[in-house]
Amino acid sequence: MRNAIPVLVLGRLSSSLVTLFLVSLVIFAITSMLPGDTAQLILGQFATPDQVAALRTELGLDQPALLRYWHWLSGFMTGNLGMSASNGVSVTQLMSDRLPNSLLLAAITTAISVPLALIMGITAAMRRGGAVDRVLNLVTLSMVAVPEFLVATLAVLLFAVKLDWLPALSYVSTVESFGDFMKIYAMPVLTLCCVLIAQMARMTRAALIDQLDSAYVEMARLKGVPPMRRVLRHALPNAVGPIANAVALSLSYLLGGVIIVETIFNYPGIASLMVDAVSNRDLALVQACAMLFCSAYLVLVMMADLCAILSNPRLRNR
Amino acid sequence: MNEFRAMTHPRTNSRRRVTTGSRLPVASPARRNRPRLHLIRWVGLGLFGFWVLVAIFGPMLAPHPMSAFVSDEIYGGASTANLLGTDYMGRDMLSRILTGARYTVGLAIIAALLSSLIGAGFGMLTVLLPRWIEECIRRVFDTLISIPSKMMALVMVSAFGTSIPLLILAAVLSYAPGAFRIAHSMATNLATLEYVQVARTRGEGKLYIAAFEIMPNMIQSVLTDMGMRFVFIVLLLSGMSFLGLGVQPPAADLGSLVRENIGGLSQGALAVIAPALAIGTLTIGANLLIDSLSTSRGSQKE
Repeated sequence: MRNAIPVLVLGRLSSSLVTLFLVSLVIFAITSMLPGDTAQLILGQFATPDQVAALRTELGLDQPALLRYWHWLSGFMTGNLGMSASNGVSVTQLMSDRLPNSLLLAAITTAISVPLALIMGITAAMRRGGAVDRVLNLVTLSMVAVPEFLVATLAVLLFAVKLDWLPALSYVSTVESFGDFMKIYAMPVLTLCCVLIAQMARMTRAALIDQLDSAYVEMARLKGVPPMRRVLRHALPNAVGPIANAVALSLSYLLGGVIIVETIFNYPGIASLMVDAVSNRDLALVQACAMLFCSAYLVLVMMADLCAILSNPRLRNR
Repeated sequence: MNEFRAMTHPRTNSRRRVTTGSRLPVASPARRNRPRLHLIRWVGLGLFGFWVLVAIFGPMLAPHPMSAFVSDEIYGGASTANLLGTDYMGRDMLSRILTGARYTVGLAIIAALLSSLIGAGFGMLTVLLPRWIEECIRRVFDTLISIPSKMMALVMVSAFGTSIPLLILAAVLSYAPGAFRIAHSMATNLATLEYVQVARTRGEGKLYIAAFEIMPNMIQSVLTDMGMRFVFIVLLLSGMSFLGLGVQPPAADLGSLVRENIGGLSQGALAVIAPALAIGTLTIGANLLIDSLSTSRGSQKE
């Protein structure tokens, strides 16, 4: 049993890989169920049948689906994601231009939301049933159900229209000082944080309360350990795993949230690239972006599971 | 993975917590049994019920046809003629919201019903099917659950173009797996209980066991779960419409109303705030209602 952790971790990694493979199959299947349409789409409805046929051969659309899937998949391994149909630039190029912007937005949001959410969640768990907990419960319960564009609209209305502190649109190219930086990121980050913090705080509270309900905390209470110490020294160390799990799972929400936020604030990130690609029906770009998002999602979920595995003392102390 | 989709952490009210929770008396019985004012529940029910009524009767109550140009003023403010102002083409906003709510609520209810029917149906039946079929079905749903719902919808729209049946299909493909997972784990537990064994020994058929032994014991949880899915599907579909990839003009759901009037945001137009608030109140109301129902059911068992 000494090897329990490596075995579990490896098992989890390989199951993620299998899932990613299956996900790629699903994405490819959906996007290539209409084999004739792609060429027609690119050329428009006035193309002659000859042109369409020529483009189909050029794109390899006349090959059987399984072979095309193989080419597509091997393209991923080598970083050759094909050409974007709408503007003729390679997909890799387009994506690598946009990816750092999205990662920066995600990093700032994470750096702000995680500490706040942990504080809120832990406070609520410590004051369970009290006024603070009830208010936080109501607020977070409402916030998790709010669509991003409502938060974004209200934020623009308040900070850009009424108070005139911030510009309504984001342009990353004009960063010159810290003030510019704040102006650009304040509202997208605020919007993303709202829902993320609510989600994370709720899960943190639940994870900690799970520990507070256990027998050893009751024991500590019976032997007279003061409440603060009971939470911070007894329950919290044991809740680290579940809380890390909750944080990683909540962060996967970011993947859905950025799509709306990048669009509404004109933020030049990977999600707005994908939305444009969907509008233009640029399938190669959509496939690549979807794979990127799904992999990111799988990685976050896997990290959540790994946190749970690694922090389980029953496995660690064997 | 499903925790991501459940709005409240599923373990919050798990059976384990309810039965092994603190054994210390938290309050005297008299105080514990005091009838509580379910403020959150009534607020939730009020908001949710209001939007359901609007979805049913809204189009009949609308003062103007949804696409009638009633005013020369675009992004007009509230007035006696147009209670919620006018939109970017001078159409009456109140009428458009009253009509649009039907799409938002209706599509989400259909998709949530289908998700739960498919998810819970498979979840229940797989327990009774041979092992290898169960594994295959589980693998399929596990794969689908690993694709974030917005990704699924975007990929499908990019391939087939947007239409209402496609949006419903995308929502069902995204949210049925979660329903399946929850129903499956519940049904697995229920299938090991004595009364199911008794029914099996009695020689009952699989369908009978599923319909009369297992289902009645999980229907409440399935319904709560369906409510949760409803909220997510409203958010997904209005998000898609907001991106311009959902319900297409001339029809408009609340998400499309936000999108088409977003140009008025810089002047603080009511036309963009009203539909956004409408979606917010609908989803918040539904979420408050579901949470209060599921929490109180949990505490009844205590």
